[in-house]
Amino acid sequence: MSRTPLTTLLVANRGEIACRVMRTAKALGLTTVAVHSAIDREARHSREADIRVDLGGAKAAESYLDIDKLLAAAKASGAQAIHPGYGFLSENAGFARAIEQAGLIFLGPPASAIDAMGSKSAAKALMEQAGVPLVPGYHGEAQDLETFRAAAEKIGYPVLLKATAGGGGKGMKVVEHESQLGEALASAQREAQSSFGDARMLVEKYVLKPRHVEIQVFADQHGNCLYLNERDCSIQRRHQKVVEEAPAPGLSSAQRQAMGEAAVKAAQAIGYVGAGTVEFLLDARGEFFFMEMNTRLQVEHPVTEAITGLDLVAWQIRVACGEPLPITQNQVPLNGHAIEVRLYAEDPANDFLPATGHLALYRESAPGEGRRVDSGVSEGDDVSPFYDPMLGKLIAWGETREQARLRLLAMLDEFAIGGLKSNIAFLRRILAHPAFAEAELDTGFIPRYQEQLLPAPQALPAAFWQAAAEAFIQSQPLQPRTDDRYSPWAANSGFRAGVPLQISLHLTCNGEAQAINLNQAAASNLKLDGEQLLIDQDGLRRRHLAIRRGETLYLQWDGELHSVNRYDPIAEADASHSHQGGLGAPMNGSIVRVLVEVGQAVEAGTQLVVLEAMKMEHSIRAPHAGTVKALFCQEGEMVSEGAVLVELEEA
Amino acid sequence: MATLHTHINPRSAEFATNSAAMLEQVNALRSLIAQVHQGGGPKAQERHTSRGKLLPRDRIDRLLDAGSPFLEIGQLAAHEVYGEDVPAAGVIAGIGRVEGVECMIVANDATVKGGSYYPLTVKKHLRAQAIALQNRLPCLYLVDSGGANLPRQDEVFPDREHFGRIFFNQANMSALGIPQIAVVMGSCTAGGAYVPAMADEAIMVRQQATIFLAGPPLVKAATGEVVSAEDLGGADVHCKTSGVADHYADNDEHALAIARRCVANLNWHKLGELQQRAPVAPLYSSEELYGVVPADAKQPFDVREVIARLVDGSVFDEFKALFGTTLVCGFAHLHGYPVAILANNGILFAEAAQKGAHFIELACQRGIPLLFLQNITGFMVGQKYEAGGIAKHGAKLVTAVACAQVPKFTVIIGGSFGAGNYGMCGRAYDPRFLWMWPNARIGVMGAEQAAGVLAQVKREQSERSGQAFSAEDEARLKQPILDQYEHQGHPYYSSARLWDDGVIDPAQTREILGLALSAALNAPIEQSRFGIFRM
Repeated sequence: MSRTPLTTLLVANRGEIACRVMRTAKALGLTTVAVHSAIDREARHSREADIRVDLGGAKAAESYLDIDKLLAAAKASGAQAIHPGYGFLSENAGFARAIEQAGLIFLGPPASAIDAMGSKSAAKALMEQAGVPLVPGYHGEAQDLETFRAAAEKIGYPVLLKATAGGGGKGMKVVEHESQLGEALASAQREAQSSFGDARMLVEKYVLKPRHVEIQVFADQHGNCLYLNERDCSIQRRHQKVVEEAPAPGLSSAQRQAMGEAAVKAAQAIGYVGAGTVEFLLDARGEFFFMEMNTRLQVEHPVTEAITGLDLVAWQIRVACGEPLPITQNQVPLNGHAIEVRLYAEDPANDFLPATGHLALYRESAPGEGRRVDSGVSEGDDVSPFYDPMLGKLIAWGETREQARLRLLAMLDEFAIGGLKSNIAFLRRILAHPAFAEAELDTGFIPRYQEQLLPAPQALPAAFWQAAAEAFIQSQPLQPRTDDRYSPWAANSGFRAGVPLQISLHLTCNGEAQAINLNQAAASNLKLDGEQLLIDQDGLRRRHLAIRRGETLYLQWDGELHSVNRYDPIAEADASHSHQGGLGAPMNGSIVRVLVEVGQAVEAGTQLVVLEAMKMEHSIRAPHAGTVKALFCQEGEMVSEGAVLVELEEA
Repeated sequence: MATLHTHINPRSAEFATNSAAMLEQVNALRSLIAQVHQGGGPKAQERHTSRGKLLPRDRIDRLLDAGSPFLEIGQLAAHEVYGEDVPAAGVIAGIGRVEGVECMIVANDATVKGGSYYPLTVKKHLRAQAIALQNRLPCLYLVDSGGANLPRQDEVFPDREHFGRIFFNQANMSALGIPQIAVVMGSCTAGGAYVPAMADEAIMVRQQATIFLAGPPLVKAATGEVVSAEDLGGADVHCKTSGVADHYADNDEHALAIARRCVANLNWHKLGELQQRAPVAPLYSSEELYGVVPADAKQPFDVREVIARLVDGSVFDEFKALFGTTLVCGFAHLHGYPVAILANNGILFAEAAQKGAHFIELACQRGIPLLFLQNITGFMVGQKYEAGGIAKHGAKLVTAVACAQVPKFTVIIGGSFGAGNYGMCGRAYDPRFLWMWPNARIGVMGAEQAAGVLAQVKREQSERSGQAFSAEDEARLKQPILDQYEHQGHPYYSSARLWDDGVIDPAQTREILGLALSAALNAPIEQSRFGIFRM
């Protein structure tokens, strides 16, 4: 095979995966090319690339999903190869084909392999032929409700609806009872249509207490195919992976070999080349069922890299250049244990609503042995509503699972994110949960421990407010006047004549407001040392991360980073005078459906408006019975967070 | 560079005795101030807060920049004056930073007799305004007062320095470009109504503040009209209809936040110019001042030990160190600001007075603030000294002090007697601020001397009329005078009557002087023109 030498690589993606691919490419001496949408102009992946190409547009369809623009970008930048990352066009056969037709290298499998696995139904049929065990289900072409009703009846509830073209939990619904089937199917089809441009669904038996165990496979152009051990991705929330680890705890080497060989068989059956993942459900008895094959590099590939010491992106590049795999199956290493968590801009306390906004604070954990952070953002970046809200991944390796777990917990403790909500504390609670420590993993983990993992918000204790006030005042920048530089008035001393110092602060945090007086006569037992608040009590000194950014203090308390602000009575008074009774958009997004009309009487809980953001649908429901007084939105309209959509008059 | 080195051993028994004696007085002062801070007491405070109102000190704290110092004046005003408790004379006054600007804040304490104006309340309000005027400080009035104390109307209403002067001052300060901002947070009746009405900007709290020339009872008595206080002069009336007030606030917090915005929009410049340095702490801790001052007031002490504990780096460049040695003069820096210090180290002789006058001229020509550390029993007396012209030499010092236009600050650290008080910038000489230490004493002369003089006069009268005047007679005569002078010479007595701006903890002197110096720099430092120095 003779090709022009590969010197320049274009990454047709954004975020952490674009940064991660470029890191390896740079290490191999390649020139890196980033593409970006109009709003990603200053995103981290654009900043880190040697060459950046503006695709324009904001929506993915106008930028990262536009094949013509991507090919033009490759041409303009002189790239000979394109890495698709994951998501976007990574499993789009048309894209792979277009790249090949343009005489460029696609860093992924042949289009035919994507085609073969792209349709879940077809893939299952193929696997059935190859003798890989399957979960019972319906994978037919007919898409009417009656067909699904009959299929579900035959399989037995609960059943799982999945988008045929899907992945990543989008367009996926569990149906517990026949009565829910109609609504669930319609909603799943809508999501599938908007995410993948393909509304086709399949239905399967919903396996109880299953574990999600997947095999990393790698094939070259010379017929060699290896399995690089497995990953356990059982900790999921609504079919979205949250925590991934390798190897799968408790998996015997015989099971590993059986699954590995099945996976290789699957890959070979479709003439696979490059990095791929074969996903299985592993049930409580150790039986495994083929779920699907992801024909791309996975989000969670770093845990495999951590336990094998391999660089999968480097392998992708070498394989694409026609090199054979450098090792054989029995040379595949398996050292220690690695765990990864996915860091999201989202609000776990508010049904994991994606969070958008300005990353006022972004501090990664310190680098160190067995620690890895793959991130797509830096402090000061904006998280837009247009793309997936994943900020990055934290990966810890240890000689044992426990060491990796503790290391990852320590990394999470050091991590600091402010300006928007993140799932750090939620991740921390999962990692710290005794059941997780005991490796009691299955896909029901998060729902089962819901109450501990998502505790109801508690009022912040007095000690927190005291600490926050001290840290706030001690981090308060001096206010020197240019016309009186050294004035003692500028010191935040709270000086009072004849009485203890007096500092009065009115702070807000987590929607609570508190007036705090600092007036201790003796020296305070709280001292801010750089970005650590030191608290001396009962002979112990504890440190809390305390970072000041402008008018906001970020203070770590009980494993959670709280953002503390000064209470603004003027803003508060203004807010109390402003528009009452309106129901606002929970985030930036577009209106997909308006279900009510002005003057219509509604019951509490009635769906009023459906908003789509982050490729997910969010319903705005009536908080109480009443009459729709006014509508401030229409279908197709883009709305920003907080915008009032519906005004409801209480009945 | 002349660094002062201490000759005091902080581990000596004498130091410990002195320290203990001073600490006792400081503790007494602290507990008295703490008591004053309770305002009208828990019951009145609870009644006040139950209406959704903040206590006056909380209002001040919310108004200030977080962490701002508050330099309160007249904390002991009206202490044991009226035969009833009127803590702080019912009005809290002091300087604090708002949006980076040093402001004079005057806050009525409605928990004390409804915030009504006693004679000393008026005096304190006027004193606060005088400080604001002299130092060019924007004024913030947190109004919550029933107005004049009617039973004492003859002592608060008619005279030049009575109630009307408050508005005279507002008008004239406004004319000078010194902002006048009123936050009406309670009642503001009759004459009081002019505080917001005369202000540059006024803020009112809804359902809480009222402004009217005559309240509902007086209106009914005068015209028969029946009207509620809110309809007569509430925030809705004045912010929406009459235009008497400019800003409408939901509550105290909101009102104070608006007041802060008003200050933020002042475009404020400080006009005093001094060559500043980065501040350096003194070599010796300020707490050591407790041990420097002898427990026995009759014992002299070297005032340089005090200076060493006040000024930056304990660096003091003395002027005419070998001449007129009972008055120590020299230049130093305090909190980075240059200061010219005059400090007593014994009785004032002619040479000392001339030296002081010379030194004040130097400071004025250079535009350096003057700091007087008073510990003076008076000018030297006797035939030799009168013949030597002590009166004209003393007059030179008094003239220099009186005419000096640079900011002057006085701290009475010991005695303040007779003409010594004048020569060392007593209250009558308009220092920007005057403070007393708890050990200080003030009077036309010492108790012993006064009693001695009166006994002498009585003895001469008795001898002229041929009556006997026994030692017992003398003792009987002297005792009440001694008692009276001791009582009236006490700093609490002085402070209660606002002869000074406060009794302060010696250990806080440096901090207070630093804040005062900085506040004084809001006003430009003017040139001085001196009167005739009698040669």
